[in-house]
Amino acid sequence: MDTSERLGTPEPIIRIEGLNKWFGDFHVLKDIDLEVFKGERIVICGPSGSGKSTLIRCVNRLESFQKGRVVVDGIELTNDLKRIDRVRREVGMLFQSFNLFPHLTVLENCTLAPVWVRGMPLKEATEMAMVYLERVRIPTQADKYPGQLSGGQQQRAAIARCLCMNPKIMLFDEPTSALDPEMIKEVLDVMVDLAKSGMTMICVTHEMGFARTVANRVVFMDAGEILEINTPAMFFQAPGSDRARLFLSQILRHEGGD
Amino acid sequence: MSYVKTVRTRDLPPPPTESGLIGWLRHNLFSSWLNTSMTFVGLAVLLWTLPPFLGWALFKANWLGDSQNACVQPMGNPDGACWVFIKVRFGMLMYGFYPEVDRWRIDYAFLLLAASAGPLLMAGLLSPKHRDERILMVVPSLAVPVILALHGAGPASLALAYLAAPTLLSRLGTRTGKLPPSTGFFGRASAIVAASILAYWAGVLAAQTLQTGLEGVIGLVAGFLVFLLPTLRRSSSAMWRLALLLTVYPCIAYAFFIGGGFGLRYVETDLWGGMFLTLVLAGVGITASFPIGVLLALGRRSNMPVIRALCIGFIELIRGVPLISVLFMVSVMLPLTLPEGTHINKLLRALVGVSLFYAAYMAEVVRGGLQAIPRGQYEAAEALGFRYWKSLRLVILPQALRLVIPGITNTVLGLAKDTTLVAVINLMDLLGILKSALADSNWLGFTKEAYVFAGLAFWVICFGISRTSMRLEKRLRYGNR
Repeated sequence: MDTSERLGTPEPIIRIEGLNKWFGDFHVLKDIDLEVFKGERIVICGPSGSGKSTLIRCVNRLESFQKGRVVVDGIELTNDLKRIDRVRREVGMLFQSFNLFPHLTVLENCTLAPVWVRGMPLKEATEMAMVYLERVRIPTQADKYPGQLSGGQQQRAAIARCLCMNPKIMLFDEPTSALDPEMIKEVLDVMVDLAKSGMTMICVTHEMGFARTVANRVVFMDAGEILEINTPAMFFQAPGSDRARLFLSQILRHEGGD
Repeated sequence: MSYVKTVRTRDLPPPPTESGLIGWLRHNLFSSWLNTSMTFVGLAVLLWTLPPFLGWALFKANWLGDSQNACVQPMGNPDGACWVFIKVRFGMLMYGFYPEVDRWRIDYAFLLLAASAGPLLMAGLLSPKHRDERILMVVPSLAVPVILALHGAGPASLALAYLAAPTLLSRLGTRTGKLPPSTGFFGRASAIVAASILAYWAGVLAAQTLQTGLEGVIGLVAGFLVFLLPTLRRSSSAMWRLALLLTVYPCIAYAFFIGGGFGLRYVETDLWGGMFLTLVLAGVGITASFPIGVLLALGRRSNMPVIRALCIGFIELIRGVPLISVLFMVSVMLPLTLPEGTHINKLLRALVGVSLFYAAYMAEVVRGGLQAIPRGQYEAAEALGFRYWKSLRLVILPQALRLVIPGITNTVLGLAKDTTLVAVINLMDLLGILKSALADSNWLGFTKEAYVFAGLAFWVICFGISRTSMRLEKRLRYGNR
């Protein structure tokens, strides 16, 4: 019976089962189960310190874990470096602090990994990078260094850098938290574009507007546990737990005041 | 009460007392009473010290002649410096006891060095906008006719081969296809190693049939070339030049310095000395201590406890003892621990001592740079799929090393000057030769000249290094200011 049911549903592109992680004695992730399907947009929210970032960092193995399974695109993550490499080729990641390479121009930032990891000829990589820089609307900044760009432009350059590796999945670790308010929109616009193009996305973010319009599902975490997985409409209308209600009231009150 | 201005005020030049020479003087020398009085004190000190020194060193100095008599009355001026002493000893000071007829070999090797390292430095110091591939081809080729005129056809053709090789190899490299990908990393690596070992023995065999006496050196050159070919396949000619400079050039230079093949007379290292020895010690010391230092710094930050402990132990041990004692250890104690009859060259021992000693200092400087790189840089590189060594080479080290250029320069300058300490194991570097020259009974009492000259020689070397590093630092300052 089990198998026949599975035949009907598509295989999830990310499967997290019974994931547990400790930092020393501190239990950061507790029995996390999550399945993400191809083309899905998941927003993970929750109070700070709830383990959201740690969870998505387990997906591309920036963090190791002690118990449970993480399977990405059919590849189970173990300590095996080859598997980690294969997963990282499929998964792009955006960081709160951009983490562009400051000693390289924006264009070089974009071509570095395609050339040195994928072995693509520089000319081809440059052409591709220009296409993606066009897509994030900063083609004129290609020859500048990251230090000469605004925060919003830097984050968009980081998105282009990710896209140059043609990832199947993109992880966003609070991509707009370090930005000034007027720059948040330009980054979110690019992210919405990406969502429309069918990219599988997991976003840790406090941008509830983005969650409402783009996400297929919202995951609410607190103290290392998933408390709720729901559609955005349901989650914002009737959050299932007291903690989610408290969290939402704090966030939305603040947002409304803007 | 409102106010509206409709006319734009015209721009005026600043008052003359604020700009130009007068402005500069007012700002920098006479900005306050204290500053003004300090200016006059400074002038007084200069007037008091500079004219007598210049008089001694230049105006009253004795330049002509070839014996001590030229510097004492009645022929010379005893109040002036006796540069005749330096002039007569100049050959010794530059080359030590290296046989006079063979000294061209040293000139040749250094010319070759200048012709291959010079353009690299120039290209590195120029901003990418002004950089031009042609510098890397034109400047080296200019050296070939010079060498032809000075040293003859044989050395010139070798120079031509060595200097043109980077361009040819990079062209060749871009044409040859990839190695079969199915072999995988280890297959490929072992094929490269095996091929280079084969090339080494082929080189040795060829040298033996030619009876050159330089089998080892020629074997090494052949091995290096075969090793570099697939690893640097698609690199630029500058990269090739650097690689050849670090692998093949030392072999060529060593072959010319030591001789013993191709009709070059064998000159044992005990005869090496003077500025030549100083430059060999400094050059080898710098090029060896830097990579060892980087490895030690990485080892000290490693997650592997044994490697970390070994690196910390080595660094702290070396930094805890003076260089003199390290040199003593390698020259006096080391031979005692080796089995009877094993002889390790004294110069080699000094080179190893100096390199390891300064590697420990270099390691701590580099570690400082590594610590300044935020963790996000490592994570971004990892997330893009870079493995440890690639992320180090492409992302972390370029940033970390740029940050610590001042510290590296400090260490390099320290090394250059500390080469004088090899005197304690009876190696005759520039200072050692000067000291022995001072003991000559024909030339007594010229200590001042000797040390002023030695000081000037070291100052020129060190100032050159320091300026180069400053230019490099400026050039590598990216975008953010």
